[in-house]
Amino acid sequence: MPLVTPIAFVAGLSALAASFTMIAAVGIGIGQGFTAGKAVEGVARQPEAQGDILRTMLVGQAVAETTGIFAFIISIVLLFVNPFLDRIG
Amino acid sequence: MHDLSHIGPRNIMRIGSVYISETVFFGLIVAAVLIALCLWMAHGLQKVPKGKQVIAELIVKSVYDLVTGSMGKHCEKFAPYMGTLFMFLILGNMLGLFGFRPTTADVNMTFALAGTTFLMIQYNGFKTMGFVGKIKHMCDPLPIMFPLKIIEEISFPISLGFRLFGNILGGVIIMALVFNGLEWLSEIVLGSIPFIGKLPWLQAVIPLPVNFFFDIFEPVLQAFIFTMLTMVFVSMAVVSHEEHEH
Repeated sequence: MPLVTPIAFVAGLSALAASFTMIAAVGIGIGQGFTAGKAVEGVARQPEAQGDILRTMLVGQAVAETTGIFAFIISIVLLFVNPFLDRIG
Repeated sequence: MHDLSHIGPRNIMRIGSVYISETVFFGLIVAAVLIALCLWMAHGLQKVPKGKQVIAELIVKSVYDLVTGSMGKHCEKFAPYMGTLFMFLILGNMLGLFGFRPTTADVNMTFALAGTTFLMIQYNGFKTMGFVGKIKHMCDPLPIMFPLKIIEEISFPISLGFRLFGNILGGVIIMALVFNGLEWLSEIVLGSIPFIGKLPWLQAVIPLPVNFFFDIFEPVLQAFIFTMLTMVFVSMAVVSHEEHEH
């Protein structure tokens, strides 16, 4: 009997891959923080434009979030509906 | 709902050979609630608003202000669709608050909405620019840009659908993790007492901040972002035509 069964091997590496995928969140954190900082600067300079700045900031952050959401979906697929486990039976 | 072994939507009903999933069922319920609310609020309108009519007028006016503010005055005809989309998304995302599965935590629902947005963008682009104008607009700086522009137009609805789906599904998973963890913890703390031990009493008040974030704040934010991006891209499809003419 082998030390590691094929299913355990694939499942373990998939879990590792799922965690490595979420490294993409680092970039989002930096980007969203940068956006929020710039928005604070804008509000401090022009307090009357707070509503517009907030709205633009939220939309920009949502767009910046896209890559992280893709990474998240890949890790969800690896964890819950793993395609490789079906292949090895 | 708080079940980590099965995070996809379940089939809860069967009519003939057609399965009705949770998403479709709750989506229809949300639509029915919205229609009923709309009929009730618009019933017996008067010249001088009073009571529920004030709230209805406030909602309609703020939606029209948002649409004309971010799309321009000439795009006022899109306001009913945007308002409906916004309300539907808010209610659909907030279903977790009532203990159901949010309708938008299903990739079919978000892709249907994103596909509607995509069709709106393309229809308005072709309508305002004409077929030749649209092709010319897509080859704008250099004809070599044409494949890139096609990729850009196709990737927009995909990212729009996945963004909403990922955010709401992430909320669902984190809520399930929190509830399962609290159940486990409460069994450890009082597990030895005969009857109270089985009760997940730690789930009572502690998840409230998480609930607030993932079932109230995030739904409104994501609904707003989805509507806002739809508005921006539809108005871009309309506005670029006017720049074209001048």
